Amino acid sequence: MQYNPLETYLQEAEELLAEIEQSALSISAGERTEETINQLFRAFHTIKGSGAICGLDAVAGFTHHVESLLDRVREGAIPVSPALAELVLIARDHIRILLAAEQGGPPAPAGSSERLIAAVAEFANPGLNIPEKGSVAPTEPAAEHPESAEQTWRIRFCPNPSLLVNGGNPSALLRELRELGPCEITAHAEDVPALDSIQPDLCYLWWTITLQSAADQNVIRDVFIFVEDDSQLEIEVTPEVLPPVPLLSTAAAPSPDRPAVTPPADHSGAGDAPGAGAPLAPSRALARESTVRVPSNRLDRLVNLVGELVMNQSRLAQAASKSGSPEFTNPVQELERLVAELRDNVLGIRMLPIGTLFGRFRRLVHDLSAELGKEADLVTEGADTELDKSILDQLGEPLVHCLRNCLDHAVEPPEERLAKGKPRRATIRLAAIHTGSDVVVSIQDDGRGIDRAAVRARAVEKQLIAPAASLTDKDIFNLILMPGFSTARQVTSVSGRGVGMDAVKRQIDALRGSLSLASEEGKGVRVSITLPLTLAIIEGLLVEIGSDQFIVPMAAVTENVELLRSQRARNNGRNVIAVRGELVPYIDLRTAFRIESNAPSIEKVVIVQHEDHRVGLVVDRVLGTHQTVIQSLGKFLRSIEVVSGATIMGDGRVALIMDVAAVVRFAERQCREDPADFGAGCRATGIAGQPWNHLSPAGRITGGQTAAIT
Amino acid sequence: MITETRQYMTFKLGDELFAIDVAQVREVLEVPQITKVPTAPAYMRGVVNVRGQATPVVDFRLRFGLPKGADTVHTRIIVMELELDGEAAVLGGIADSVHEVIEIEPGNINPPPRIAMRWRTDFIQGMGKRGDDFIIILDVNAVFSSEELALVRDAAPHTGELAFAH
Repeated sequence: MQYNPLETYLQEAEELLAEIEQSALSISAGERTEETINQLFRAFHTIKGSGAICGLDAVAGFTHHVESLLDRVREGAIPVSPALAELVLIARDHIRILLAAEQGGPPAPAGSSERLIAAVAEFANPGLNIPEKGSVAPTEPAAEHPESAEQTWRIRFCPNPSLLVNGGNPSALLRELRELGPCEITAHAEDVPALDSIQPDLCYLWWTITLQSAADQNVIRDVFIFVEDDSQLEIEVTPEVLPPVPLLSTAAAPSPDRPAVTPPADHSGAGDAPGAGAPLAPSRALARESTVRVPSNRLDRLVNLVGELVMNQSRLAQAASKSGSPEFTNPVQELERLVAELRDNVLGIRMLPIGTLFGRFRRLVHDLSAELGKEADLVTEGADTELDKSILDQLGEPLVHCLRNCLDHAVEPPEERLAKGKPRRATIRLAAIHTGSDVVVSIQDDGRGIDRAAVRARAVEKQLIAPAASLTDKDIFNLILMPGFSTARQVTSVSGRGVGMDAVKRQIDALRGSLSLASEEGKGVRVSITLPLTLAIIEGLLVEIGSDQFIVPMAAVTENVELLRSQRARNNGRNVIAVRGELVPYIDLRTAFRIESNAPSIEKVVIVQHEDHRVGLVVDRVLGTHQTVIQSLGKFLRSIEVVSGATIMGDGRVALIMDVAAVVRFAERQCREDPADFGAGCRATGIAGQPWNHLSPAGRITGGQTAAIT
Repeated sequence: MITETRQYMTFKLGDELFAIDVAQVREVLEVPQITKVPTAPAYMRGVVNVRGQATPVVDFRLRFGLPKGADTVHTRIIVMELELDGEAAVLGGIADSVHEVIEIEPGNINPPPRIAMRWRTDFIQGMGKRGDDFIIILDVNAVFSSEELALVRDAAPHTGELAFAH
């Protein structure tokens, strides 16, 4: 891949803008710490500096003004306020527009930069509506404030040996430092190796600097802002001027292209130098883990390969256990352990904290509540809970939908809340928690709650239920999850366009998750979404019908029972089987999937849990459990609902992964549409009052009225 | 309209000779075991493993409304790379036999005749001439375009959502 500095900058800027947004929102939520302001400042500073390097003058020029404003905030000249946060947010959005324009997007509206700059200047110097001019480098504000007392700073700067390779220039940094005040710079050359082992592009030197300046620590730190992350940097105030350790005192800063020294590994050896006796301050540089950007399709490829490896490994294990020779089985067992570890690690690479998603929602809630004239805070919990990236990518939309619902329908206007004795500002709690092999994401508000009477009235109106039907809470909530069901009285720009919770439920189903609702009237609603940790690997039961193999997701399977031909006959063709004293309806997959082969005399019934009920799936043989890596079936087969994906078996064949919920739906529909073919089974298991019929609430609630509503 | 000399791979369905642009052909395989996909339309024969990737396979005969033919020793799967709505997709097509790669000059390609065709003209890029033979040059992207897939979806046995959504 070609290294493209502009691309790197744009990616970095995107992250910084997200960081800025978070900091600004924290400020607007009442957080006033110095660290937040510093973070904001640093982010804008980096955007400006790197932008200028990449030749994005419009971005750099505009950002400079915001940076200057923040610098004054940092000095305490301007108080931190929600208005400031608002301005920062607007500026952030503007920078985004400018960046998009650089990438060929639409240009920013004419004069918008100037207007914003004026607003920023007005904010920085209230009353004085003069845009700041001149290039206010971050070092200059110090000069503007001669009243702060001069101090002696001791700085220890140990750059990463690769500083020069990455384009860093220590002499420029030292020169910049000199502009802050009189300083004494000592270069330490003890790490320089013998001449024949010198690598000319490594920086073997480190420096101690004694600086007398009125500048505060932030200003000094800013000199090193572009190299700070890779370097060890200590800045401290000393009560008196310490005599520098003269080793190789340099009047001029050492030239970076002079053959420097110290193998990188020895670099930590510099720690025993003066000033390093104290433990290193936990600088940002050390706290931040280094990351590598990798296109996600490479990861997908890796996951697929590991999947094949897992498959082949299990074949090998089978062969080994057959052979019974310890010489063979022992290494195979060791291999098994390694493969399992490799698999977990590879899957771990794709895990991202859900916080990356939550971050976006703070802005959404902030903007939406303003638009709707409501006041709400978003509180997030468990932001470090990790989920597979492919799930995270598809989780955003349903969560946005839920949050919009909360703000639009559930949360009352401030006056109404006060009248009800609730706090003026609503709280929306977005939480993620790890439970076993699942992650539960919940959205809870303290708004109106679900109006059961309204849901009921609406259901009667839509002829989904009989007027007299008695409904449990669960029935009511299930109604809300049905397609096209909305109690919203009016369509707003925010929600209520006829896509309701059913859309959310469908999206969650597609992620192999489940959704449930809970509500206390007048006190709020809680939406809980349960998701698998990963979509890539599934534990499944391999079954066979004729010569076709299928994987039934293990999560749904409860047990397997046998079905004798005589049992079938005894039930007069009714598709039910007695399992531990309970009658369980079953679906004959051979008929449902129109597989043309003869059933063996003893068939197997895989009992699966489908929502609240048990349903049997009749197959010829159960071949055992398999861990399989799921592949998508792709665009051509997307419309096939009964299978959710495919997997390559150890022998190279393709097995399809069954979507149990969809198979049940499909069989039910088949019954209704084609009773001639499936007559016997349908009469027994179908319409009236059989367990899986709850999919159509009418059938269950009113008993046998399904036909009337289809 | 085809304006440059290109290479085409020819294959047969029944007596008819077809050609597709070699740039769209990834490989040609003998027919392995095909995993049937339940509830899929009949022309969708199933999925096969192509270098570790589950790849759907379409029966060209059924796709074009020809009677189903039994697989023979000459039957091949043509693995094609298509572009559908800007997305790359890989798809296998079953042909009765695969023949050769030939060059056809634009001068030897006529626009598809409007009438007297057994084939849908919007699937055809042109009629190539080679000696006395005519070769039907297919536009495979059109054959599997999303509109076509939508039609297929409607024809599939499972239409619509749950009954109460009707």
